[in-house]
Amino acid sequence: MNDNNQKDKEGLSRRQFLTYALGGTGAFMAAAITMPMIPFTVDPLRRVGAGNFVEAAKVSDFEVGVPKKVEFTVHKKDGWVESDVKLSAWVLKKQDGTFLAMSPICTHLGCQVNGGKEGDYFFHCPCHDSFFTKDGVPKPGVPATRPLDTYAIDENALKEGKLALGAISQRKA
Amino acid sequence: MLKKTYDWIDERLGVTPIWRDIADHEVPAHVNPANKMSAFIYCFGGLTFLIITTQIISGMFLAMYYVPDIVNAYNSVKYITDEVLLGQIVRGMHFWGASLVIIMMFLHMLRVFFTGSYKAPRELNWVVGVLIFMVVMGFGFTGYLLPWDQKAYWATQVGANIAASVPVVGPYIRILLVGGADLGALTLTRFFAIHVFFLPAALLVLLGLHFFMIRKQGISGPL
Repeated sequence: MNDNNQKDKEGLSRRQFLTYALGGTGAFMAAAITMPMIPFTVDPLRRVGAGNFVEAAKVSDFEVGVPKKVEFTVHKKDGWVESDVKLSAWVLKKQDGTFLAMSPICTHLGCQVNGGKEGDYFFHCPCHDSFFTKDGVPKPGVPATRPLDTYAIDENALKEGKLALGAISQRKA
Repeated sequence: MLKKTYDWIDERLGVTPIWRDIADHEVPAHVNPANKMSAFIYCFGGLTFLIITTQIISGMFLAMYYVPDIVNAYNSVKYITDEVLLGQIVRGMHFWGASLVIIMMFLHMLRVFFTGSYKAPRELNWVVGVLIFMVVMGFGFTGYLLPWDQKAYWATQVGANIAASVPVVGPYIRILLVGGADLGALTLTRFFAIHVFFLPAALLVLLGLHFFMIRKQGISGPL
């Protein structure tokens, strides 16, 4: 009599059964050990979200049609390190009274753009000669293809005469 | 799909005989708990290895958040424990596992001792086992400092002074261990390097030897 060939009704041999049982137990143990590591590793995913608004300037500080540089500090929590990060924005008050707050970071490769240039293109990036209009739209043919990123503006603070800036978002090319 | 992939590789590299060689080995009746429950004492070595594996895995993941620096070490450990998802679980695995490794390893050693398994021709494996014991104690000693809290600091202070009590060369051993005259930044980086680079390398080599020898010589006979 050969145990290995002994089969039950479904045709599962003893060897097969033991293989499954051992494999299943092993897989369960491996999973028990490794499962906690997954949430542990992906933890940063739940920390990246919309930031709060930070008051950067007063509405009355701006005149229509000329971008003005505004500096403000944001409290940043980076793991166990908390710091106040200095950020700046180029704020344009448009004809209709709405505001456009642009990040000074070039959309090509991340240098700081300079503002206040003469002519059609108000912004210039010294790294690879990208030019942008005062609305942040890149000049055709320059390395940057996307307009300058914008800060979200808090509408409620705007009614109180304050310009409060929030998360940065991209604009389409 | 899985079977096809395996067959494709096996056809080219002939891996089946390799893992068969490793996996298929005789388990003598006297070490099989299915025959006699008291044979579970023969599982202690394997259980030690299982816990060592969880230590390696949990340690690798803890290293994603931990910094071996006196300014940030405590805060990074606090961050792991209080803020990271399941951080307390992963740190807990490493914390409790550390004690469990030593307990299991000690039980394994007692089993080997009382079954007389260290006797000829297995003396060398006992020697390697004792080296593994020392490496694991080193893991415990160096790992204890890493959270850089009061308990860690003073325990290491005591350990360093015990090392300093060695005749003649003691004070020099202490300086080398601590990385200076006093416990500080250099102690922490030293202990971290020893804990995560030097000792794991030594442990893996020694475990390799340990397993090679037990497979070569087989499990010792019944009492």
